[in-house]
Amino acid sequence: MNRYPWWKNLLIILVVLLGIFFALPNIYGESPALQISKRNAVMDQAAVDKAVAALKAANIPIKSARLEDKDGLIQFSSTDAQLKAVNIVREALGDDYPVALNLAPSAPRWMQNLGAKPMYLGLDLRGGVHFLMQIDMQAAIKTALERRVDGMRGDLRRANIRYVAADVENDDEIALRFPDATARDAALKSVAGNYPELKFSTEERNGEPYLTAKFTDVGATAERKAAVEQNITTLRNRVNELGVAEPLIQQQGDDRIVVELPGIQDTVRAKEIIGATATLEFRLVSGTPTDWVDAEQSGRVPPDARLYHEKDGRPVLLKRQVIVTGDRITGASSGFDQRSGSPAVFVNLDGQGARRMAEITGQNIGKQMGVVFIEHRTETKMVDGKPVKDKKIIEQVINVATIQDQLANRFQITGLDSPNEARDLALLLRAGALRAPMDIVEERTVGPSLGAQNIQSGVNASILGFALVAVFMLIYYRVFGVTAVVALGVNLILIVAVLSLLQATLTLPGIAGMVLTLGIAVDANVLINERIREELRNGLTPQAAIKAGYERAFATIIDSHVTTLLAAIVLFALGAGAVKGFAVTLTIGILASLFTAIMVTRALVNLIYGRRARLTKISI
Amino acid sequence: MFNLFPYNARFDFFGKRKYAYAISALLLVAAIVSLATRGINMGLDFTGGIVLEVGYSKTADLDAIRADLKKNNFKEAVVQYFGSSETVMIRLPPAKGQNQNQLADQVLSALKQQDEGATMRRVEFVGPAVGKELFNSGGLAMIVVLSGLLIFVSLRYQIKMATGAVLTLSHDLIMVFGFISITGIEFNLTVLAAYLALAGYSINDMIVVFDRMRENFRKIRKGSEIEIMNISVNQTMSRTVMTAVTTFLSVLALYIFGGEALHGFSLTLLVGIVLGTFSSIYVASSLSLDLGLKRKDLLKLTDKEKLVDTAP
Repeated sequence: MNRYPWWKNLLIILVVLLGIFFALPNIYGESPALQISKRNAVMDQAAVDKAVAALKAANIPIKSARLEDKDGLIQFSSTDAQLKAVNIVREALGDDYPVALNLAPSAPRWMQNLGAKPMYLGLDLRGGVHFLMQIDMQAAIKTALERRVDGMRGDLRRANIRYVAADVENDDEIALRFPDATARDAALKSVAGNYPELKFSTEERNGEPYLTAKFTDVGATAERKAAVEQNITTLRNRVNELGVAEPLIQQQGDDRIVVELPGIQDTVRAKEIIGATATLEFRLVSGTPTDWVDAEQSGRVPPDARLYHEKDGRPVLLKRQVIVTGDRITGASSGFDQRSGSPAVFVNLDGQGARRMAEITGQNIGKQMGVVFIEHRTETKMVDGKPVKDKKIIEQVINVATIQDQLANRFQITGLDSPNEARDLALLLRAGALRAPMDIVEERTVGPSLGAQNIQSGVNASILGFALVAVFMLIYYRVFGVTAVVALGVNLILIVAVLSLLQATLTLPGIAGMVLTLGIAVDANVLINERIREELRNGLTPQAAIKAGYERAFATIIDSHVTTLLAAIVLFALGAGAVKGFAVTLTIGILASLFTAIMVTRALVNLIYGRRARLTKISI
Repeated sequence: MFNLFPYNARFDFFGKRKYAYAISALLLVAAIVSLATRGINMGLDFTGGIVLEVGYSKTADLDAIRADLKKNNFKEAVVQYFGSSETVMIRLPPAKGQNQNQLADQVLSALKQQDEGATMRRVEFVGPAVGKELFNSGGLAMIVVLSGLLIFVSLRYQIKMATGAVLTLSHDLIMVFGFISITGIEFNLTVLAAYLALAGYSINDMIVVFDRMRENFRKIRKGSEIEIMNISVNQTMSRTVMTAVTTFLSVLALYIFGGEALHGFSLTLLVGIVLGTFSSIYVASSLSLDLGLKRKDLLKLTDKEKLVDTAP
């Protein structure tokens, strides 16, 4: 007699039911949706209602509209409706409500509330962009030092200590030059205390007294960490501005950031926005147009000025002293200049920035101010077979205008080529500047059509794989084949359920892992069934053979599965991207198969044969 | 009962192991020669560079695309069909003197000028440094998997068997490498995954045979090592072939329907399954026999094993 205790049967039924429940949302699938959030605030119902009213007015059918977590979610039955709706909602709600295209689960609410969601599809299945960005830490340190030099100049001025030059040298050192050693020593005393993260030392260079400062190890580490954190924050802001649902932005290693944007169509723009280091500086103009041309031709620039160029190449002299830099900007939006109708960016400054702007423009009414657009670009060149980074800083004067009135916290900038340029600049100013420039060192982009095709390939391969294995098992093992096939089906359901529950990313190699599992999972049943056949041949009664077969095969099954599991776990630990997806499904599949191939089939066999006391023949 | 392999068979596997060694040696030499002369077609993941997959609405004219790319100064571009004649794959080596991550966009816009219907299906760019890292972590994964399996088999079985198993595994993996080299399959991360899964599969197969050998050495008191090992392989033969067939069938489904992206992956697995089955039947046990595996090697372990086995 082969019977399972009641609690074992109950456990099996429970696991299978739970598996079905958590796998079910994948059958419902996902429907196109708009995800609406509110900038710097929690989304409100009123905005959702406004969007719905606008869509009704435009005759676009919607499936549902609701507030979910911090966002509003409007679902549609077709992608067509979704794409039409996005512009209407954007217009209706304005700049303060970023609208993103999204796919939202169609499973009933109560299921979602219990945590049942469809599997999270990887970029190769849904389409999208994957970037790996490398932060230029050398540049991060250099800009951090530059900020401190500015501070030191102010400190020295306030302390009335005279200095000859204050610059960053060799990318990692602040060098202050003084007229005499007394001034230097006074500077050391008054400045050094303000910068505990720097190590100061005094030295003579070409007979001149110098005070130099470098980051301490602790200081440099903190600065690098801050650079990564600030860049991640900025990237997050920018990605939100782009309107991407479910973006992934994550640190990887010491100096890299992974950015994944599912469903992005315009990858070129995404790349520009993400990698852009653009910021603005406001400076007073120095001299007249004739001075500018003279300065360019003679190369003689007044000591308090710097030579810049406008977009068309014309020279401009601007004062060295900066009125306000881009990091004082708290808000920016694009639009058109009311008088000229040309594209414009409206800028808001924070309190400190506004005070400085008001102070300086107030003193200089009637004079001119220049807006400098600054962008870091890195180009990698191969020199002697080795990649060498060539860094360029592009500084362009985009606008020179006469100060008509005292400016305060809100003003406009013109001089942009197109409304698109104005829109992108406003976006970048809003999202904040990157603390350090970054390079894209890896990119994987999958178009939406290929993504859909990959899903289809994966589904087809799974169905065919299942069918082939099932038919073979049925022919070969008959009734015991039926139990194996049922177990295989349960195995698939459990893999899907666990993937959905963990919200692990399903990729195309992940599907391959699932299909491979189909083949490997029946191995346990093959081992058991072959063993039962052998025991029958050795003369055991059917009931005893079933019992012996399951018991003796058990140790072998565990041993043989451990090896595949080992390979899968190493792959997961060391693998990147696609390989990880494969390792995850393979691992889950093997673990699930231990349960299904041993317990589920045994329960079925017990159900079919276990109660018959005088069983003389089994179909195996 | 329907059997792939007659259950009462008494094939003398080990008496004929010289032939198996000869076949193995021949294949190994072929593999090594190909690896030495042709090398392996390393994929973008490991070399760095750019790959674009571009879809066209009708059959793409490769010559026109090549000419067009040459005109736009992409002289080193390799252009070929990918899966169908409406899909084209363009591969560029790690670029010099240009902002690399923008190259793909430039290529795409050049192609769009020539044919409006060209659509981007996939862009992959891997920087040279990242490629090197992926290569290193791939190599590391391989070493960790192999040594992990060696440790596991020596703990559970016997050091001679473990040595036999790892030698067999290396034999399988060199042959699969040889196959990858001869066919020119692009060796990328996905193929590496298939490769390491094969390592697991191959060892899995050997373990089932080893397991039966251990059982028989304890159970059957008479008979030489060769006889007992022959019996064990004969007994597990059905299972070995069955599992090979089911795994082969499921991977075959991937090969047929999985699309171009899984082509190298499934082909590597298909060949590896056949090789792994052959070697787990023949090479692994033969090697442990020739390494001097004796009955007492396994009997000595039984006491310890019993302790382990009876533990809950």
